[in-house]
Amino acid sequence: MSGSRRVLIISGVGLALWGMGFGLYYAVFVEHQALDKIGGSLATSFADAAGGDMVASRAALQTYADTQFDYVRSVDVHSHWIGLAMLLIVFGVAFDRVRFHENRKLLLAWSLVIGSVTFPLGVILQTLDRGIIPQAVAAIGAALVIIALAIIALGFGRTERN
Amino acid sequence: MQSTTAFEAMGARRLLIVGGITLVTAGMIFGDVFAVFVLHQNANRIGAALMAATDAAASKDAASVFAQFTNIGGMLENRGTKVDAHVHMIDFGYLALLLALIQPYVALTEFNRRRLAKLFLVGGVMLPVSVFLIHYIGLSYSPLSSIGWASISADLGGSFVIFACAGELIGLWRHARNSIEIESPKVMPTETTWTSRTLLTGGTLLILAGFLHGAFYAVVDLRNHETQDQIALETMINASVAQQNSASRNMRDARTVVDGYGMIQAEKAVNIAAHSHIIEFGLLAILLAFIQENVFLAERWKRRWAIVMLTGSVLLPAFVLLELQFGLIAGGIADVGGLLVIIALIGMLVGVLRNKGQVAATEGASA
Repeated sequence: MSGSRRVLIISGVGLALWGMGFGLYYAVFVEHQALDKIGGSLATSFADAAGGDMVASRAALQTYADTQFDYVRSVDVHSHWIGLAMLLIVFGVAFDRVRFHENRKLLLAWSLVIGSVTFPLGVILQTLDRGIIPQAVAAIGAALVIIALAIIALGFGRTERN
Repeated sequence: MQSTTAFEAMGARRLLIVGGITLVTAGMIFGDVFAVFVLHQNANRIGAALMAATDAAASKDAASVFAQFTNIGGMLENRGTKVDAHVHMIDFGYLALLLALIQPYVALTEFNRRRLAKLFLVGGVMLPVSVFLIHYIGLSYSPLSSIGWASISADLGGSFVIFACAGELIGLWRHARNSIEIESPKVMPTETTWTSRTLLTGGTLLILAGFLHGAFYAVVDLRNHETQDQIALETMINASVAQQNSASRNMRDARTVVDGYGMIQAEKAVNIAAHSHIIEFGLLAILLAFIQENVFLAERWKRRWAIVMLTGSVLLPAFVLLELQFGLIAGGIADVGGLLVIIALIGMLVGVLRNKGQVAATEGASA
C-alpha cells in the first residue's frame, strides 16, 4: 500500500473511532442533561413570564440559547468527524485512481486528514470560546477539506481522460 | 477475474457488503416513511403547543406553560429519536461498505474478520432499533433515574461497533507493520468500467457540492438563524406578557411570531437536510463504485442502476431545498428522489446476492 493510502485509511479508521468515542461519551454523560436543560430553561422562561418576572424569564431564555448553541455544535462535531473519517477511508481505497505523483498525493492526503481533524475541532472549541480563534481553526480546516476535495476530483478526471 | 476465496458465500467481505447495502436501504425506507407520515404532522403539533404555551403565559398560568412544554419535549424526543435512528442506520451501512473495501488490508484470519463483521452488524442494527424504541420504552423498569433500557441497549450496540472498528484498526496496524501476509492485492477493487467511473466521478462532485453548500450555510445563515431563533422566542414572550392585563386579549402578534419561529426552524431543517443528504449520497455513490465487481448483473443493468442512483441523489437534496418555495410539489419530488435511490440500491443488492464467489465478469451474468 502506498504512503498516501496508508495515511488516509489509518487516519480514517482512527478518526471514526475518535468520533464514535466522542459520540458515546456525549450520549452517556452530556446529551440527556443538555436536552433536559434546553427544555427546562425554555419552559421556565415562559413560566417566569407568566408569573410577571421578566428578568428571570430573560435569564432562562439566555440559558436556553447558550445550551442549544453548545448542543448543536457537539452533535455536528460528532457527525462531521465520523463523516469525514468515512471520506478519508473511501479516498484511501480510491487513491490509486488519482493520477498525481506520490509526493503530491501524500501532501493531498495529509491536507485532507488535517482538515478533517481541525474543522470539527474548531467547531467544538466554539463551545468553550466564541471568539475568532475557534472560528478561524474551523474555517482553515474546512478550506483544507474543500481544496483537497476539488484537487482529488480533478485527479479522478485526469484518470478518466488517461 | 476475482478470487473465489475473497468473496465466498459467508466471507467477511460479502457479509459487510450485503449488510451495508441492507442497512442503507432500510434506513432510507425508514427515512421516507418518517418524512411522509410523521415529520410535518409533528412540526404542526409542536407549533400548536408553542402557541398554547404563549396563551398560557398571557393568562399567567405557569402550570399550563410547564404542561405544554412537557408535551413539546415529548414530541421533540419522538422526532429526534427517529432522525437519530434513520441517520445511524444509514451511517453504519456506509461504514460496513467501507470496512468491506479495506478487508484485504486487515491482517487477521478470515475467521476473526468474520466475527468482527458479525459484531459490527449486530451493533449496527441494535443501536438504531434501540434508539427508535427510546420514545416508547422511556424509563420503564430502568434502574437509572434518567437513562432507560432502550438507551442502555443503544449504548451497548454502539460499543459493539466501536469494538469491531478497533479490531479492524488492529488488523490494519498489523498489515502496516508487514507482520502478516494477507490476501493478494488483486482482490482490491480495480474495475474501471463506465458504471464504476460514473459513480466515482458523480460521487466526488456530489460531496464537493455538499461541502460548498455547508460552508456557505455556516458562514451566511447559521448564526442568523440562531439569533433569529432567540429573538423570536423573546418576542413571543413579550407579546404574551403585553396581553396579561388587557381586558380583551389579542394574540394575533404572538401567533405571527410563532409562525415566524416555525419558518426559521423549517429553513434550518431544509438546509441541514440538503447538506447532509447530498454528501451522504456522494459517499454512497463512491462506495458503490468499488463494489461493482461484486454486483453480478449485466453491464447494461449496472449502468441503469448507477444512473437511477445519481438521478435520485441530485433530486432529493435539490428539491428538499426548494420545499420552502414550492411546498408539497417539491416535497413530493424529493420523496421520489429518495425512492429512486432505494430502488437502485435494491437492484445492486440483488446483484451482490446473486454473486456467491463466481467470476465477476459481465459476460457471465445474464440480464
